[in-house]
Amino acid sequence: MSSIPYILEERPDTGLNNAKLGIWIFLASEVMLFGGLFSAYVFLRFAAPEGDFDYWGSKLSVPMATFNTMVLITSSVTMVMSWASLKLQQFDKYKMYLGITILCAAAFLFVKYFEYTGKFHHGIYPSSSTFMGIYFTLTGLHVLHIIGGMVVLIFFWTKQADKMWAENQDLLANRIEIIGLYWHFVDLVWIFLFPILYLL
Amino acid sequence: MSSDSEHSIEHHIQTYIRVFIALGILTIITVAVSYLEVSFIEAFFLAITIATIKGSLVLGFFMHLISERAAIIWILVATAVAFFILMFIPLISLTDGTEIY
Repeated sequence: MSSIPYILEERPDTGLNNAKLGIWIFLASEVMLFGGLFSAYVFLRFAAPEGDFDYWGSKLSVPMATFNTMVLITSSVTMVMSWASLKLQQFDKYKMYLGITILCAAAFLFVKYFEYTGKFHHGIYPSSSTFMGIYFTLTGLHVLHIIGGMVVLIFFWTKQADKMWAENQDLLANRIEIIGLYWHFVDLVWIFLFPILYLL
Repeated sequence: MSSDSEHSIEHHIQTYIRVFIALGILTIITVAVSYLEVSFIEAFFLAITIATIKGSLVLGFFMHLISERAAIIWILVATAVAFFILMFIPLISLTDGTEIY
C-alpha cells in the first residue's frame, strides 16, 4: 500500500505540505464564519436605537476581559515556544510550554464561566437585548473554538506525543505547527472581539 | 516556515518574546484609550487600528506569515477581499431608502 504523498515534504508546485495548505484553507473559511457575525454586529449596531449598545455593553466586565486577553496572548507565545522547543530537540520544554498553553486555555474558560454565570445571575440572557444576543453568539462561538483547540492540545500533551516523538520527530513538529496556527487564529479573533464588544 | 535551522529558531525565540511584550503593551493602551472622552467614530478608529496592529503581529510573527509561501498569501488575499465585501454589505442598508428601526 502506498502512503499519502506530501505529508511532510513540500509539493513542488505550491511549496507546501498537505497539512499546511489544509489548515490555511480551513482558517480562511473561519475568517468568513466570524466575518459573517462581525458583519451582523455592524448591521445591528447601525440599526440599534441611540445608546442601546452603550447601555448593554456597560454591563460587561472590562477587567475580566482584559485579563482574558492577557491569558490568550500568553497562551499564543507559549504555543509558539512549544513548537520552537521541538525544533531545538527539547522535548521536556515542549511539554512544559504546551502544558502552560493548556492551563491558559482552562483559565480563559474559567473566567468566561464566571462572566456568563454572573450575567445569568442578574437575569441577563441572549434574549435580553440585541447587544446581548450578538455578544453571547460571538463569544459563545469563540468559546467553542477554545474548547475544540484545547482537546487537540491535550491530545498532543499525552503519551501519544511521546510515542510520535520517538517514531517521527518531524511529524510531531509539523502537527504542533498546524495546531499552533489554529490556536493563534483563535487568539486573533479575540483581539478583535475584545475592543468591539467590551470597549466600544 | 521555510528555514528552520537551530540558529534561526533561537533568533525567532527572541522575536516571539518581543512580540509578546508588544502585544501586552498594546492591550494596556487599547483599554486606556477606551476611557478617553472622544466621539464613537474616533474611539472606533483607535480601537480597530490597535487591534489591527496586534493582529498583524500575531499573523506575521506567531503564524510566520512574513516568511510564508506565496500560495498562502494568495489564499489570504482572496479571503481579505471577501471579508471586506462582507463588512460593507450592512452599509447597503443605509442607502436603500428604508427605515432600519
